[in-house]
Amino acid sequence: MSTQYSVIGTRPIRHDGADKVTGRALYGADVQMAGLLHGFILRSPHAHARILSIDTSKAAAFPGVKAVITTHDFPAVDGNKMVDLGEGDTPLSYARGNVLAGDKVLYRGHAVAAVAAVNAHVAEEAAGLIEVVYEVLPCVLHAVDAMRSGAPLLHEDLRTTELGEATTTISNIAQHIRQSKGDIEAGFALADVIVEREFHTSTVHQGYIEPHNATALWNNDGRISIWCSTQGSFVVRDCTAAILDIPVSQIKVTPMEIGGGFGGKIPVYLEPVAALLSKKTGRPVKIVMPRQAVFEATGPTPGSYMKVKVGAKKDGSIVAAQAYLAFEAGAYPGAMVVPASMTVFAAYDIANALVDGYDVVVNKPSTAAYRAPGAPNAAFAMESVVDELALKLGIDPLDLRLRNAAKEGTRRVDGPRFPRIGCVEVLEAMKNSPHYQSPLGGPNRGRGVAIGFWFNIGLPSSCTLNVCADGNVNLIEGSTDIGGSRASIAMQAAEVLGLAAEEIHPTVVDTDSIGYTGVTGGSRTTFATGWAAYEAAQDVVRQMKERAAKLWDVKPEAVEASGGVYKSNGNSIGFKELAGRIAETGGPVVGRAAVNPRGAGGSFAGSIVDVEIDPETGKTTILRFTCVQDVGRAIHPAYVEGQMQGGSVQGIGWALNEEYFMSPDGRMMNSSFLDYRMPTALDVPMIETIIVEVPNPGHPFGVRGVGEANIVPPQAAIANAMSHATGTRFTRLPMSPPAVMEAIWCQGSSSQPS
Amino acid sequence: MKWFEYEAPTTLADALAILDANPGACLLAGGTDLLVQLRAGRKQTDLVLDIKRIPELNEISFDSASGLTLGAAVCCAEAYEHPLVKQHYPALAEVASIIGGTQIQGRASIGGNLCNAAPSADAVPLLIALGAVCRVVGIHGERELPVEDFCLAPGQNAMNPGELLVSLRFPAPLPASGAHYLRFIPRNEMDIAVAGVGVSVTLENGAFKAARIALASVAPKPLFVPAAGDSLKGKPVSAESLDAAAQLAKAAASPISDMRGTVEYRRHLCAVLTRRALEAAVRQALGQAQETR
Ligand SMILES: Cc1cc2nc3c(=O)[nH]c(=O)nc-3n(C[C@H](O)[C@H](O)[C@H](O)COP(=O)(O)OP(=O)(O)OC[C@H]3O[C@@H](n4cnc5c(N)ncnc54)[C@H](O)[C@@H]3O)c2cc1C
Repeated sequence: MSTQYSVIGTRPIRHDGADKVTGRALYGADVQMAGLLHGFILRSPHAHARILSIDTSKAAAFPGVKAVITTHDFPAVDGNKMVDLGEGDTPLSYARGNVLAGDKVLYRGHAVAAVAAVNAHVAEEAAGLIEVVYEVLPCVLHAVDAMRSGAPLLHEDLRTTELGEATTTISNIAQHIRQSKGDIEAGFALADVIVEREFHTSTVHQGYIEPHNATALWNNDGRISIWCSTQGSFVVRDCTAAILDIPVSQIKVTPMEIGGGFGGKIPVYLEPVAALLSKKTGRPVKIVMPRQAVFEATGPTPGSYMKVKVGAKKDGSIVAAQAYLAFEAGAYPGAMVVPASMTVFAAYDIANALVDGYDVVVNKPSTAAYRAPGAPNAAFAMESVVDELALKLGIDPLDLRLRNAAKEGTRRVDGPRFPRIGCVEVLEAMKNSPHYQSPLGGPNRGRGVAIGFWFNIGLPSSCTLNVCADGNVNLIEGSTDIGGSRASIAMQAAEVLGLAAEEIHPTVVDTDSIGYTGVTGGSRTTFATGWAAYEAAQDVVRQMKERAAKLWDVKPEAVEASGGVYKSNGNSIGFKELAGRIAETGGPVVGRAAVNPRGAGGSFAGSIVDVEIDPETGKTTILRFTCVQDVGRAIHPAYVEGQMQGGSVQGIGWALNEEYFMSPDGRMMNSSFLDYRMPTALDVPMIETIIVEVPNPGHPFGVRGVGEANIVPPQAAIANAMSHATGTRFTRLPMSPPAVMEAIWCQGSSSQPS
Repeated sequence: MKWFEYEAPTTLADALAILDANPGACLLAGGTDLLVQLRAGRKQTDLVLDIKRIPELNEISFDSASGLTLGAAVCCAEAYEHPLVKQHYPALAEVASIIGGTQIQGRASIGGNLCNAAPSADAVPLLIALGAVCRVVGIHGERELPVEDFCLAPGQNAMNPGELLVSLRFPAPLPASGAHYLRFIPRNEMDIAVAGVGVSVTLENGAFKAARIALASVAPKPLFVPAAGDSLKGKPVSAESLDAAAQLAKAAASPISDMRGTVEYRRHLCAVLTRRALEAAVRQALGQAQETR
């Protein structure tokens, strides 16, 4: 494969740039249309309660109210039917139950009923008139508590799946999985040093700025149009169709611009509700979630309890590793403990390993994907233990990782052997980085490192290219653009066609106008939709060869194309000139491709961080942070760097301050951006980036996904740095100032509370 | 949020008349507290009365004998950009510059910060330390009361229905004096004080002549701690005297445990912040460069 590219690896201005910086880009909240009504959702004030009755009569009679709905307005369907949630399936009863509660509410903020009215204020006021009688039940908020026998049961019919087998046990444990390799006992027997620690991480939210929103119009012809903020318009279509029990062809979803998602904008929350309200009123209905509801009722990432034990020989070779992972799914099963189990030891070649994972329901919002879901929790535990091991063995922490690093052919604990991966290259780049080579200096400072892995996924994507007479090309695709994917997809088509990135005009269209395209998630978009663009461009090249062949009266096979120039027998014509002659040579040229690629290349990322801790307040300052990542091929390096910086910053927030601070009765006490502390621009240094390119053999340009692996190592790297700064191990996230102060006091090394 | 009417009178007399006729009206200065509270349903009203167009509430004037008059609706940015405020009350300029971020500072007023009566209000401990006095006016007349007597409980101040805060008066700064407000926040901006300390000091011959100390976020209202300031009177500027005052401030604090910090942590912070704020105020009094953090 040639690595001499003309477009790939350059940094053109993004195609949606002008719209975004001028504020003209249209988001879901901007949707306006004649007769628009506004919806408001009534939410449960209790974390766990049985709904005894709902009386909507006062709300329905309130002036300006046009409709009120509850779960009883949903069609009766088979709840056991599975629906595709984008990156996995779930029973319909769970998907529907999360949209509007059935006979029980399972978390505070759980949607109970909805009102459509002439404006949002009236809708909100009327929702307050709905009378719900609850029988409040005890709640359970943490995995360890929920697993105890006698714990309050969320689902009275949830039977534990034990190592793949259905059981008759009813509990909050939806699933127990196990992965193993070698002989764990024998492995630990070989170890000279063993480190074992327990870890806790708090529930954290993706924290996108734009709240969820949806506008729906159930037209008189029975067709539904939906405008919303989503990572996957086809998932919205299919999920809404399943919940409303109508064929998918009857719904058209138009994805509006999206103000952040990070995995949290894959599930549907509002769309089926807006659609039902529209059906009842005959008018379009728009619902925008208040921020508090975003925190209380949309998917955060699981909190977790973990125990990790690793044994090594004196020379640093790791001989055995064991993990116990209990993850909080929130209200419905699906705690991301499977990916956590698959990634916990992924960076290492370990002969003997055992992982036990538990998917546990608790009275918190149903969790959703969040950048490499499950992996950051697991890496926090594993990478902290490896750091401690390095300290005990007197080996440099990067050398210890290099000594045990996973390589092509290494078998993961969950079975597969790695294809070509860049774990070693990332560790070497970390070691050789200016940051790692620099002195640290100064009191109360520490440096930490960690590495993390994420698989990335493929999934189907479609792309259409329409050649214009002036030689520019319009690119039609269905992947919501969250992080610059219009540019990275267009650039792959441009490379094939020999055009400039600016000569391709990408548009993200509705679900009626493009072939099925999976979610923008799993770091798949530049990989898979980019591949579709690559194939569609090949289709255009093939057709353009035919046109040139017609012009010159030769066989199409005799035409060669390279860099946008078509040649045969001494004849030569550029793409643009040829495009000007497509009308006379047979009419429109339309390139098409639909792909469903396997071979998404996994990505490794490493973090190096320097911290300074104020020993009197416990506050941590991030002095310097470097993210190193194997991206396969950086199509647009600036957006790759943006992804690396963004994941790092979210990791910093997760490590230092972000948490669902829950009252014992299950109320999130900090459901606003004031007290849910994400880092601001003043809280992080410029994140340095080092792009490593170990091309993915499974993609025409070598692309690996880049969106996720970078959030996996920061938490552990920061914990390690803080441990070195204070001499105390931090095993609980977040490591907020009060928690750090507590640790310093416990250690007793600093002056007692002054 | 419920619908409400909106009025923006241009004279104090009109404002007082409207207020008298509408006891349930909410006054709006910058609205950075009020609008958030209305939207969250923590307050409800049928009338929002905007007081930003009243001249007396926009006054900034200084005279070396009587000190500074700061209109209650003057926004933070106007306050910290004002040359006389910067020159004579640098600590006040600085506290105005840490409330919210740039956009908030273009709206939020010092008067609103005080009237909102949040225990965590950043300006209030410094206003107490500086000895500021409130000018409160109603249709039946006006009165003055010191800032330390103004806040009563979370969200509750000492004004009667029909009264409004017109301005704050700050005594003229004394020679060899300094002041400082220091808060602890987990982030570096856009955050609410876990604990805060405002101090002012006056020095004479290497010793404290006077000092005032007040605390934020560690009691149901901004807390004036006369004992802590008084303990410094006549004492030399030393680590011991500062520590002793810091311990008294800590002893006076009666915080709660919540998502922002525990009782123990907040009390600990009171001592740390008092010492650090006193150090900064002393440096300022000695004419040294002022430390910001
Ligand atoms: C994003 C953000 C960040 C913030 N950061 C900080 C911070 O760092 N530190 C901090 O202390 N606060 C902060 N705040 C809170 C708020 O900005 C401040 O308290 C501000 O000073 C309030 O001033 P205002 O003019 O906006 O008050 P308003 O909201 O207009 O009024 C506040 C209250 O006082 C009453 N009131 C106002 N003026 C008068 C008057 N003259 N007479 C009688 N009653 C009156 C109002 O009726 C209302 O009840 C923040 C707020 C936001 C939204």
